Amino acid sequence: MPIMNDTIQFNVGEHRLALEKALKLTPQDIVMEIREAGLKGRGGAGFPTGTKWLLALSAVAEKKFVICNADEGEPGTFKDRVLLDEYTNLVIDGMTIGGYAIQATEGIIYLRGEYKYLLNKLERFLDEKRENNQLGNNILGTGFNFDIKIRLGSGAYVCGEETALIESLEGHRGEARNRPPFPVNTGFMGYPTIVNNVETFASAAIIISKGADWFKKIGISKSYGTKLVSISGDCKKPGVYEVPFGISIRDLLKMVEADEAKAVQVGGASGQCVPESQFDRKISFEDLSTGGSVMIFNKSRDMLHILKNFMEFFVEESCGQCSPCRIGNKKLLEGIELIEQGKCSYTYLNELIELGKSMQLASKCGLGQSSPNPFISILTNFENEVFSTK
Amino acid sequence: MIKDKLSRTPVSQQPLIVKKEEEGGIGSFVEVEINGRKIQVQMGTTILEACRQNNIHIPTLCYHEDLCLAGLCRICVVEIEGMRTLQAACTYPITNKLKIQTTSEKVRKARRHILDLLLSEHYGECYSCHRNGNCELQSLAKEYGVDGYKFGHITERRHTVDRSSYSVIRDMDKCVLCKRCVRTCIDLQEVGVLEATHRGYDTTISTFYDKPLADVICINCGQCINRCPTAALKANDPSDEIWVAIDNPKKHVVIQTAPSPRASIGEEFGLPPGHSMTKQLNTALRWIGFDKVFDTNFTADLTIMEEGTELLNRLKKKLVEGDNNIKLPQFTSCSPGWVKYIEHFYPDYLDYLSTCKSPQQMFGALIKTFYAQENNIAPEDIVTVALMPCSAKKFECNRPEMHSSGFKDVDYGLTTREMAQMIREAGINLPDLEGSGFDDPFGDASGAGLIFGATGGVMEAALRTVYEIVTGREVPFKNLEITPCRGFEGVRQASVKLEGTLPEWNFLEGVDLNFMIAHGTANAKKVMEALVRGELENIHFIEVMACPGGCIGGGGQPIPTSPEIRKKRAEAIYNEDRGLEVRKSHQNPHIKYIYEKFLIDGPCGHISHKLLHTHYVKRGKFIA
Amino acid sequence: MLVSEKHGLTAEIESLAEKYGRTREALLPILQEIQMRHGYISEFAQQEIANFLDIHPVEVYGVVTFYAFLSRKPEGRYIVKLCQTIACDLADKEAIARAIERELNIKFGETTQDTKFTLQYINCMGMCDQGPAMLVNDDVYTHLTPHKAVEIIKSYK
Repeated sequence: MPIMNDTIQFNVGEHRLALEKALKLTPQDIVMEIREAGLKGRGGAGFPTGTKWLLALSAVAEKKFVICNADEGEPGTFKDRVLLDEYTNLVIDGMTIGGYAIQATEGIIYLRGEYKYLLNKLERFLDEKRENNQLGNNILGTGFNFDIKIRLGSGAYVCGEETALIESLEGHRGEARNRPPFPVNTGFMGYPTIVNNVETFASAAIIISKGADWFKKIGISKSYGTKLVSISGDCKKPGVYEVPFGISIRDLLKMVEADEAKAVQVGGASGQCVPESQFDRKISFEDLSTGGSVMIFNKSRDMLHILKNFMEFFVEESCGQCSPCRIGNKKLLEGIELIEQGKCSYTYLNELIELGKSMQLASKCGLGQSSPNPFISILTNFENEVFSTK
Repeated sequence: MIKDKLSRTPVSQQPLIVKKEEEGGIGSFVEVEINGRKIQVQMGTTILEACRQNNIHIPTLCYHEDLCLAGLCRICVVEIEGMRTLQAACTYPITNKLKIQTTSEKVRKARRHILDLLLSEHYGECYSCHRNGNCELQSLAKEYGVDGYKFGHITERRHTVDRSSYSVIRDMDKCVLCKRCVRTCIDLQEVGVLEATHRGYDTTISTFYDKPLADVICINCGQCINRCPTAALKANDPSDEIWVAIDNPKKHVVIQTAPSPRASIGEEFGLPPGHSMTKQLNTALRWIGFDKVFDTNFTADLTIMEEGTELLNRLKKKLVEGDNNIKLPQFTSCSPGWVKYIEHFYPDYLDYLSTCKSPQQMFGALIKTFYAQENNIAPEDIVTVALMPCSAKKFECNRPEMHSSGFKDVDYGLTTREMAQMIREAGINLPDLEGSGFDDPFGDASGAGLIFGATGGVMEAALRTVYEIVTGREVPFKNLEITPCRGFEGVRQASVKLEGTLPEWNFLEGVDLNFMIAHGTANAKKVMEALVRGELENIHFIEVMACPGGCIGGGGQPIPTSPEIRKKRAEAIYNEDRGLEVRKSHQNPHIKYIYEKFLIDGPCGHISHKLLHTHYVKRGKFIA
Repeated sequence: MLVSEKHGLTAEIESLAEKYGRTREALLPILQEIQMRHGYISEFAQQEIANFLDIHPVEVYGVVTFYAFLSRKPEGRYIVKLCQTIACDLADKEAIARAIERELNIKFGETTQDTKFTLQYINCMGMCDQGPAMLVNDDVYTHLTPHKAVEIIKSYK
C-alpha cells in the first residue's frame, strides 16, 4: 500500500499486541477509548463506532454478534480487498476486540462473492489464530470466547447495506429492513449485532494498540485518523493509499499523478462528482465523505457516458422493494437516454433532478438515498457539457 | 426481541398482551408534536397509528392492518425534525419526543413523486378496470390531484394475465409491488405461493418459476385478492355466463346464497359493515331473473346432521368397538381452501377430514336430483349458481368428484363482489329494496346454519345438535350461545361435558367433548403440527376455516377487509341468529322432511353417502 | 432429469442441510455449494432445498433470482464474468468483450455449444485499479488486454 507523508497508522508489524492489550481492559474501557478517538464508520456513512458499540454493549441479550462487512461493492472501492489480503491480522483482531467490547461470542465476515479467491487464505489465517489461542475458547487465557466464520455473498451490491446484509445472512433476499429497530438492538437472528466495515475494525485495533490520543493527532476536527482511499481512473498510479483526513482533492491528484483531471468522483457511484473548480475540497466527513472510492476522469471523458454507466449499475443493483429506488433509478436512466438522443427538455431535466431529491429523502435505505447523487451532481456541475450542448 | 415466527404473525391474529406499567407498557406515555399539535401517545405507537388516533390523515399503500409491516411503498413518509431523510410513518415507532411534520413541502413533493412513479408503471386505464372506484392507487391519485403522467406511462403489456386458476386471476401489469399478497400468502396464510422474485427494476411478484397459478400449491383462498390495493388480483368472474343462462328461457336458473354474503353485501352499496341484507338480497336476485332463490343454510343444517352423525359414529366405533382405524379428531370439511390445504400439506392425514361435502356442494347435488324430481324439471336444464363469500368455492365446484347428480352439481360459484356487480348492472340499489323470503322447499333454515359464516360457527351449530342428540337436552349455554366458540383468537380450544346421556349414547356418559377451532391456514398449520406430534389424542372435533375470521372474511367478500370489519360482519350474523325461531339444525322442518322423503336411510346412510359425501385427493407439495 | 440423478441430488442436498443446519440461514451456503458443484440450481433442487429447510419453494426461487451469482439454468463449466462498471469500462472493457466474443463465437449472455464457457457481465468486482478485470469462475484476472484475455480463455479450453 503506497503511503503518504509519514502518516502511517496502518502497519502490519506495529499493532501485533492490540488484542492482548484489549483483553486486559474492560469492555467499557474499550468502548470509551473508541469513542474518545472519535472513530467514525469507514464504510462511508460515518456513524460513530464507539456509540454503535456502546449501544450494543448495553443491550441485554443471551447472544450478540459481530459482523464484518466485507461486501465491498461500491464502484471504485477496493481498499478492503487489500486489508483482507495483506492486513488480515489487523482486521481479525479488530473484530475480536469488537466482540470483546460488546461481549459477543460470534463473529461473521460477510465476504463478497467476487473476493472468493481470498477465502482459503482467510480460513487458513483464522485457523492459525485459533492455534495461537487468539480465537476460540478462552482467548489468551482471559476466559473470553469468540470465534469467527466466513459467509460469502452472491453478487448483490445492496448487501453492503447493513440490514440487507443481515437479511442475506439469514437466508433472505437482500432487502433492507425498517429502522428502527437498529441492528445494535435487533440484528442478526434478532440478537444485538454490530456491523462494521473492514477498515473500521482495523482502525479500532489501531486505536487500542496506540491509544486514542495518538490516533487523534492525525486528521482534522470531527474526522480523526487516516483514511484508506482506493484511487482509480485516469492517473498514473492507481491503488490504495493511506491519507490523513483533510487532504484536498488537488493534493490527492498530485500524489497519484493525475495531470489531466477534469472531474473526480468521490465516494463511488453513489458519491459526489467534483469538478475542477472544487478541487480544493477536502476528504472528510464534513466535506467530501467517502467510503474510500476516488475515481478520476480526465478531459477526454464523456461525463454523460460515465453517468449512464452509474445509473445502469443502480437500476440493476437496487433491491427493488421500495418504489422510489426501484422505479426512480429507471426514470433517471431513461432521462439520460433522452439526453443522449437530444430529446430531453430542460423542464423535464429539472423534474428529474427534483425526483432525485425526493429519492434521496424517501428511499428506504442508503442505496436509494444516494443513487441520485451522481445524477444530480454531474448534471449540476457539468450541465454545459452533458446537457446544453446536446 | 428474539426473532420468532410469532412476531410475523399479523396483529389481528395475535393474542392481546397488555404490558405492565413498569415494563414500559400502559401508562408509559410520550409526548410528540405532530404538525405543531402536542399529542400524548403510548410508547411504541407508530407514527401512523398516532396520526390516525388524532384524525391526521396519512396516505398508505403497502400498509394493511392484517399484515406485518413492510414500509416499502414509501407513500406514508413524514418529516421528523433533526433527521436527514423522511421516515415511513407506518413503521416508525415513537419512543421519544419527536417533532413530526406530515404535510411539509418535502413530504408533499416526495409523496407526489412516488405516486407519479407508481402511476408510470401501472398499466391500463381506470375506466376499463374492475377496481374502478375501489382502488387505493386511484384514490391516491385523486387525493393528490394527479392530472397527467409526469414520468410517462407504460402502454404495452409486459406480463400475460394468468387465467389458469378457477379462482384467482393475476394481472401483474397492475401490480404496484406493495407485497401485500406476498405477506398474505406467506405470513398470514402460510401457503407460500407468491413471493417477490428477481431484483431491481425487474422485481416482480411471482409463483415458483412463474408457473400458472393452477399448477402451484395455491389453495384458492383469495385472501390475496382481498388485500390487493389495485386490480392485480381478482376472482375468476363467471357472471357473463350466468347472464346468458338467465336470458335463456329454457334454463331454470336457481341460486343458493350463503350466510356471509348477506352480512357484507351492503358494504358494496355504501352501507357500513355489519348490516344484514338477507331479505333485500332475495328480492334483488328475483329482479335479476333467478328462477328460485334458496338458502345455503338449509344444507348447512344438513351438513350438521351428516357431520354430527359422522362424528358420533366415529366416537362409537372408536370408543365402543375399539376400531383403531377410525381417525379422531374429526376435522370439518366445509372450507374448500382448507380442504385443498390439507390435501397439499398433510396428504397423509386426509382420513381425519369429515367426508361431508360442503353445504354448497350438498345443495348442488340435491337440486339436480331431489328438487328436479319433485318439480319435474330435467336436471340438464337446471343451472345452479352459488353465491359465496369465497373464491375457493369456484375451484370446488369444478372438482371432478362434484358430479354426484350425474351433472356438474354446482355450475357457478359467484362471489359477493361479483353478485354486487350484477345487481348494480341490473340498475338496482340494494338498500332501497323491500325484503322477501326464500323459496321452498329449501327456504327455511335454522340459525345454526346461519352462523356457519363466522369462525367457530360450524362447531357451535354442531354442538347444538350433537349435545341434544346425545342427552335429549339443549346444550347448556344461555340463549344457545356457545361463547367458547366465538371470538377471533387464531386457535381456540374448549370442551363440553356430556352428562345424563340417553341410553343409546351411554358410552359417552361423563365424557368431555373436546373441540378446537382454527381460522386462517397459518393457524390450521399450528393445529396440524400438533396433530402430527401426537398432541391432539384427546380432541374429538376440530373446525378449520381457511380464511381469517371464517367465511365472513372470505376471499370473495367486499374489499377492504380488516379485523374490525370482520367483527362487524360476524355480529350481523349472530344478531340474525338470535332473532330466528329455529336455531338448531335438527329442528329445521325441511330437514326432517328431506330425511323422510328422499334421504330415507337417514344421516350417513346409503343415499346421503352417494350424494352428500365425498373423498379427497392426496396432492402433496411437489410442483411439477 | 433421471430418477437416479434426482435421488443423487436429494442425498446431496440432505447432506448439505446436515452440514449447514436445517434452518433458513443455511439457505445461501447450500445454494452456493449446489451452484458451485453443478453450475446451476435446478427447479428440482430448489424444491428439495425448500423441503429440507421447511420453507416454500417460491421463497428459494425468490432468493435464487435475487443474487447475480446464482443461476437457474445450466451454464458453462467456466463462467467468464467481465466487469462492466466504470473503471473497467473506461479502461476499454468493450475491446476485451469483443475479443472474447470473437474467440468463442458467442455473445455475452450466451454459452458455448460444448457448454464449456458462459460469458456474463458483472458489476464492479473491486479491481478498479487494475482494470479491465474479469473472473473465470473464482479466479481473478486483471490488467487485461484483448490479446491477454484471449490467451487466458485458451488456457481453460
